[in-house]
Amino acid sequence: MTFLPVILWSDLLIWLLVLAAIVVGWLSTGNPLLRAAWQRVGRSRAGMASATVLVVFVAVGLLDSIHFRPRLESREGQAVAGQPSTAYAIEVLSLLDALLTPLRTRTEKTYSEPLATRAYAKEAIEVRDTDGRIRQTRDYPRLKHGGAHLGADEGRRDADVGQRLLAALALGVVAWWAVAAMTAAGLARADACSHREAWRRIWRNECDFAWNAVLAAMAALLLMLLPMAMLAADYHVFGTDKVGQDVLYQILKSVRTALVIGLVTTLVMLPLSILLGVLAGYCRGWVDDVIQYLYTTLSSIPGVLLIAAAVLMMQVLIDTHPQWFETAAERADLRLLALCFILGVTSWTGLCRLLRGETLKLRELEYIQAAQAFAVSDLRIIARHILPNLMHIVIIALVMDFSSLVLAEAVLSYVGIGVDPTMISFGTMINNARMELAREPMVWWSLAAAFVFMFTLVLAANLLADAVRDAFDPRLAGAA
Amino acid sequence: MLAYIVRRLLYALPILIGVNLITFALFFVVNTPDDMARMQLGVKRVTPEAIAKWKAERGYDKPLFINGSAAGVGVLTDTIFFDKSARMFAGDFGRAEDGRDIAREIRTRMGPSLAIALPTFVLGLLVTVSFALLLTFFRASYLDFWGVVLCVAMMSISGLFYIIGGQYLISKIWKLVPISGYGGGLDAWKFLILPMAIGVISGIGSSARWYRTIFIEEISRDYVRTARAKGLSEVTVLFRHVLRNAMIPILTGVVVVIPLLFMGSLLTESFFGIPGLGSYTIDAINAQDFAVVRAMVFIGSVLYIVGLILTDISYTFVDPRIRFN
Repeated sequence: MTFLPVILWSDLLIWLLVLAAIVVGWLSTGNPLLRAAWQRVGRSRAGMASATVLVVFVAVGLLDSIHFRPRLESREGQAVAGQPSTAYAIEVLSLLDALLTPLRTRTEKTYSEPLATRAYAKEAIEVRDTDGRIRQTRDYPRLKHGGAHLGADEGRRDADVGQRLLAALALGVVAWWAVAAMTAAGLARADACSHREAWRRIWRNECDFAWNAVLAAMAALLLMLLPMAMLAADYHVFGTDKVGQDVLYQILKSVRTALVIGLVTTLVMLPLSILLGVLAGYCRGWVDDVIQYLYTTLSSIPGVLLIAAAVLMMQVLIDTHPQWFETAAERADLRLLALCFILGVTSWTGLCRLLRGETLKLRELEYIQAAQAFAVSDLRIIARHILPNLMHIVIIALVMDFSSLVLAEAVLSYVGIGVDPTMISFGTMINNARMELAREPMVWWSLAAAFVFMFTLVLAANLLADAVRDAFDPRLAGAA
Repeated sequence: MLAYIVRRLLYALPILIGVNLITFALFFVVNTPDDMARMQLGVKRVTPEAIAKWKAERGYDKPLFINGSAAGVGVLTDTIFFDKSARMFAGDFGRAEDGRDIAREIRTRMGPSLAIALPTFVLGLLVTVSFALLLTFFRASYLDFWGVVLCVAMMSISGLFYIIGGQYLISKIWKLVPISGYGGGLDAWKFLILPMAIGVISGIGSSARWYRTIFIEEISRDYVRTARAKGLSEVTVLFRHVLRNAMIPILTGVVVVIPLLFMGSLLTESFFGIPGLGSYTIDAINAQDFAVVRAMVFIGSVLYIVGLILTDISYTFVDPRIRFN
């Protein structure tokens, strides 16, 4: 084997979530109310455009969630008898890392501007004069990789960049046209109408699904991503950071951290709040009192402080038990999961309170009383009659929490209680880039790139959350 | 009324005890004081004697809950729990790692925290409520639509960027006010104005949208139609009827945070170098000063509970139905 698969805990949870999403999606096709709600989401143009953007983010995150350790090249004569002849690198890589090997390995010495061919700071370099003597001067040294294919002909950079942009634009138009034509053809077949009619329906938004929004978002994405991909092959599109690492690579790695924080946390939060909320609302009496006391107590500790206290204690635990972790990646991963766990434990109270109130209301309704009169067991009543009617609250809470969790990660990492400092995330990127604003000339590209991508992710999540809320909230759905 | 307040206060007591137990469990049971000593002393200097000395200096060498070797009441009082946790109820928070009295430190740092948090809060509330009212007045128009779009965009920007961007633009490029720092007396305004402005702006997005939803919901009620039918102008309807009735849901979210203003804001204070309680907490977290973090957790929850009680009391003022029950 040329690699050893490594399953990190967060990978497992992420794929479990994907599975759960598929199961929930499949189940909701059987429930007419949920299906109607999802169809309303599908008709929302803002929702579908942002969903298209989110799909790209999720794809990057999923690619980054398959890990392995590559085999080390064993040198002749190094194999010692009695020891296994294959050794695996201590560094854990992901599929994304493997795909982005050029980006990951082509590091410079230190900062360089986006698309630069020369470094950001002057240093002493040796120049060979025309008479063959070696002279020391202070100048901006040539980058090892940025624009290396240009050779000595650096002046050609602008033309080269322009050429690549044009090529990307042409490719983008062709690719978009192909996707749009395929969509129209599919629609024409499904609705049994002419292609012309299908185009017109997409354009006028007369279908049951906001295809025009999806296609528009796709056009925007292609316009953004293709030039990036074209240029990333030979330049540092967003420059390099202090240790010379490509900023684009860091951005792509940050996506997974943000997704894990935003999604796995809800995995911790949901069981707690659903179980306790429904129990409190349904059983009432002392159970209700105990659960109410529990969540009032937890929610009365200001969130950041509780998280700070818990994370501090977790750091002590991790630092005093180094033997638990085989690789640095495992330690960082466990710390990320612990952060999710802590965030989940501190944030379930709001949803729990909502679910308790709704259950209290539901259990007084006639159909529940009828079920009780028929001696249906409590467990069955909860599972068949109460839980399905709480689903809209849960789904709304899920999508609403995602964006706030992504934003919280950045703040927590700044405070020093976020993810492991070695783990690439939007928070650590901002934190590292923040100090460099004071430099002259300013190092702005790390911060700007982190800002643009984080803003896109959170904005898309917020817009999708709005669409989902509008579709699932019965009060709003009745008005529409 | 008095009986009501007393009842609420009594109800708060078990919650405070619960908070106290949770923090105690977090700080002393999940990790033993030995672990903390190892962490604080660093890897090199860890010897059993050093750990014992570190614990003795801080009073962590006692048993957790019950001291079998002590006599009389000492069985319960001569323990870590009584020393470190129960004493917090009396306002005694012990000493920080640098040997200073935490309670004293908190009293001196409360001023700067309030100087920044209170004006930000009041101004922020005014600005967001007026913005939300404006959007409600022009509801279902282009202004409303783009206003909501602006709100969603603004709430998608991390608070860190507001601060970094504001500092960069105002202080570095335009050089209008110093980047960070704090001064006493009347000179303080030039240090306070930028953090205040940023605090207000970064809060607009989510709150204005939330208030707009409340106003829109209120405006579809029957009494509003009646008011319009009486011939009142739209402005009068908004200010005299809608705003007043919308105060109830708004108060729920707003009054709770008033006591927490004492704690200051973690981000703002550390970015602007304001010597308040927020930066105190951040420094304590970075220095892993467990005593200070514990004290702040306790004070934070006390203030939150005070906020809850204040919310209930404020309801009785705005909503006569509650007052007469």
